[in-house]
Amino acid sequence: MTQISIRQDEGAPLDAVLLYIFTGVGAFAALLAAAFTQDPLFRFHAYVFLAAFVMGAAGMTAGVAYGRFKPDPGRYSDGVIRAGVIATMFWAVVAMLVGVVIAAQLSWPNLLYFPEAGWLNFGRLRPLHTSGVIFAFGGNALIATSFWVVQRTCRARLAGGVAPWFVFWGYQLFIVLAATGYLAGITQSKEYAEPEWYVDLWLAVVWVAYLLVFLGTIWKRKEPHIYVANWFYLAFIITIAILHIVNNMALPVGLLNHRSYSVYAGVQDALVQWWYGHNAVGFFLTAGFLGMMYYFVPKRAERPVYSYRLSIVHFWSLIFIYIWAGPHHLHYTALPQWTQTLGATFSIMLWMPSWGGMINGLMTLSGAWDKLRTDPVIRMMVVALAFYGMSTFEGPLMSLREVNALSHYTDWTIGHVHSGALGWVGFISFGAVYCMVPWLWKKDRLYSNQLVEWHFWIATTGILLYIAAMWVSGIMEGLMWREYTPQGFLANSFVETVAAKHIENIIRTLGGLMYLSGAVIMSYNLWRTVRMPGHEAQPQGASSLPAFVAAE
Amino acid sequence: MSDLSYEALARFAQQGGTLYFGLLFFAGLIYALWPRHAEDFKRLAALPLEDSEDDHVPS
Repeated sequence: MTQISIRQDEGAPLDAVLLYIFTGVGAFAALLAAAFTQDPLFRFHAYVFLAAFVMGAAGMTAGVAYGRFKPDPGRYSDGVIRAGVIATMFWAVVAMLVGVVIAAQLSWPNLLYFPEAGWLNFGRLRPLHTSGVIFAFGGNALIATSFWVVQRTCRARLAGGVAPWFVFWGYQLFIVLAATGYLAGITQSKEYAEPEWYVDLWLAVVWVAYLLVFLGTIWKRKEPHIYVANWFYLAFIITIAILHIVNNMALPVGLLNHRSYSVYAGVQDALVQWWYGHNAVGFFLTAGFLGMMYYFVPKRAERPVYSYRLSIVHFWSLIFIYIWAGPHHLHYTALPQWTQTLGATFSIMLWMPSWGGMINGLMTLSGAWDKLRTDPVIRMMVVALAFYGMSTFEGPLMSLREVNALSHYTDWTIGHVHSGALGWVGFISFGAVYCMVPWLWKKDRLYSNQLVEWHFWIATTGILLYIAAMWVSGIMEGLMWREYTPQGFLANSFVETVAAKHIENIIRTLGGLMYLSGAVIMSYNLWRTVRMPGHEAQPQGASSLPAFVAAE
Repeated sequence: MSDLSYEALARFAQQGGTLYFGLLFFAGLIYALWPRHAEDFKRLAALPLEDSEDDHVPS
């Protein structure tokens, strides 16, 4: 019987066949590159490509043989979202762990410096942490939630057949290439855009496929209006494509060489880099996660969006204003001063659209404020909005030249980034994942609400320790750097300002460790949720117990 | 070429840009505040509440 049904499914769809051929051709090209290159680092990455394409081809063989690529137009494609949720949590734990390691390296530099193991150097691990949390954790959260939201709000299955799976696995390959590259010492030295030219090209292909899947799904929607969350996701996808391609314009040293040189030079290079860098914040870490917020907050609160009008006005003002804010990263540099002023002015203007989003999210809870007490998931998302409001107030302040003169290059910036990343991006993603896992695996509820409470309180305390420590150390080192003796000499050497931050660095490490612990508790809770029996009646007692239970 | 100086280009970009973004913003504002859209927006604000969490595409 089984044999016969497999035979009936044999006609694999065209898109699956094309992807199958692509993996074969890709594997062959990677093999040639590995064979002919003189560059050991490039050969290493050619082997990574080869392994990925061979595994892809093997997966496609099994998939085609068992008729797994037959589209079912009556169902949403949720399999790729389940994979996305798993990837989100996996990369969250890995990237946050690396963050704790490098924070510990700053706290105990003598203990955790390994001169014989270059790949364990702070300089190699730091981009692994930043790209890991932004692109691996945040990116997977965005792709997974955008696939959920666009299908549900358009009432249409994802477009493109196997293309969403190509986006998912292609993006994981990008992450592996970037991460292994940093450890091996491959970098083009652009912050948050460290991967070299061939990894950039690969991401461009994957990202355009993502854009086409998203647009194709919107194209075949049954709901006439495009819901506001999809506007935010679309702005994120399109703008990241443009930013990525423009900032990474480079000439490779050779087609079989990992090195490349940017087409921009000097101050133009700096401006393009920070136009990219700040809009990675604006469109990756803000617009995309606002899309998440506009679906999951109303859904979880069971309340309509507070003001749909406000969502339209703040969407258009946010995307038009954010794109100009980048020059505030280059105060007191060779950049013309009017350009610095322009960047600061637009940053101040950004306050309003940012708070428009925060107010709209918070006020969506009107009539449901009691849920803050009873539902730790909605509390997590509300605290995310509070951190969003706080860091988008702090940001414009820091963009002023006078404030920046004190804050730039200090830990204050690190604290600011982490109140946005841990508070806003992390918590809104955790909230969305807590919502989606029972839906995706067809469970009535999460395994344990108590574990969500533990996650919430440990992580929130961790964030507060982190950002408070960074405010103190940042302002302290900023003041120490500008302290003069009566004779007009600088009062402190650089290493003295580093030594002065020792206690704050330890507190920061502890805060990060607490945030990581929260993510580990969450992973355990989600794993137990997935392993629960399906929709059958479950004893609800666990979720109504008043007392906390231990995390184990 | 000589009449397209840096100053002239900068003036055009600054004034034209202000006008362009100002008009776009007001167009968005008018769309959002247009009274006839209020009913639509009321329905759309509740759109996430309508869909189901199972994986069946509504026909």
